Amino acid sequence: MRLPVDRGPLSAQVRQVLQAEPGSSSASDLAPAAAAALRTTDDLLTDDDVQVTLFVLYELHHRGFEDVDDRWEWDLGALAARGLLERALESTLRARVPVPDAVPPRRRAVADALFAMTAPSPGPSVARYVWRHADREQLVELLVQRSVYQLKEADPHTWAIPRLTGAAKAALVEIQADEYGGGRADRMHSALFARTMRGLGLDDTYGRYVDAVPAVTLASLNTMSMFGLQRRLRGAITGHLAAFEMTSSLPNRMYGDGFRRLGADLDTTWYFDEHVEADAVHEQIAGRDLAGGLAEQEPELVADILFGAAACLYLDDLVGTHMLAAWERGESSLRRPVTAAAEGAA
Amino acid sequence: MTADDATGPTARRRTASVTACPDGPLLVRGDVELVDDRGNPVDRHRATVALCRCGSSMIKPFCDGTHKAIGFEAP
Repeated sequence: MRLPVDRGPLSAQVRQVLQAEPGSSSASDLAPAAAAALRTTDDLLTDDDVQVTLFVLYELHHRGFEDVDDRWEWDLGALAARGLLERALESTLRARVPVPDAVPPRRRAVADALFAMTAPSPGPSVARYVWRHADREQLVELLVQRSVYQLKEADPHTWAIPRLTGAAKAALVEIQADEYGGGRADRMHSALFARTMRGLGLDDTYGRYVDAVPAVTLASLNTMSMFGLQRRLRGAITGHLAAFEMTSSLPNRMYGDGFRRLGADLDTTWYFDEHVEADAVHEQIAGRDLAGGLAEQEPELVADILFGAAACLYLDDLVGTHMLAAWERGESSLRRPVTAAAEGAA
Repeated sequence: MTADDATGPTARRRTASVTACPDGPLLVRGDVELVDDRGNPVDRHRATVALCRCGSSMIKPFCDGTHKAIGFEAP
């Protein structure tokens, strides 16, 4: 992918600097520019300029950009700017996200706490809306919103593997192996998602729709990258994965049924149908063996495990609220319109 | 390959296990053949599968998480 379009002064400066050779003196201007952006932001999680900048700085660690030299990944100026932005993101989340306390560092207690936090609720949700009401354009929007993460599904959590040991590590590898198709590239969850995108006439090129998604969607992905890239936050990325898996099976059935309601074929709904079955397995492993196992190995991580789970749920809720509010107003949830080919399956 | 392999890592990997998750499904790992009541094989899509224990899954014999929605309590 190429660098996304800038959304304000900080991302414009980052874009300009990253297109130059690494090691240039302009890199040292990035941290002061990031600090300036943080001083003027009203709400970090919906600040387009900050979130697209953080997305760009994290993407250097994922797959990079065609128009950016790969050496920028470890440039000290870029890392200094990223450090300022992610510390602000972490402190914002820690201040806003309610985390259950007094959970003992025992496998069963941690799993129970996670299942309680993620228990199905009857309220409005994107999944319910898609199941009953969404039109074809809204299905397209859903896929566009999800595509910034789902085309690299599982990658941020994989960063945790070398930071874990024993039962927790074995559990994470067991989950991720399934996420990556159990040895079959065409069954990778990211590949199934690409198939669903094609089914609705969308372009499944990695990063194709980044410019279309709002800050809050990028904040959700940036939080995963932040948790995954820092060993210090291995508890948080573990809890994040557990919450993600625990809120997947039941909603994915609704997504699949919603797409079928509008005529999608089995190939297009495969992604959702796969998640109904796979995540009913993963949520048990993630809650008990991974999160619960890690809590027993490293009891001081319990608070971060629960924080990571709560942050996942909080951001999911923010993204969902944004989408439902836009749809109820009869508007698009995207920053810019996306055109899907008409010959899609749904 | 030697006779010792029968108790080596390969043999151990294939040992089947069934884990009863509290108030949840049965997790099945290892070399287990799943069949329906006529003995016809049930397609297994992944190395570790979760079998429904609450009776309400819509993708039986596999779990789809419905036990959480109905408040299933395992005996």
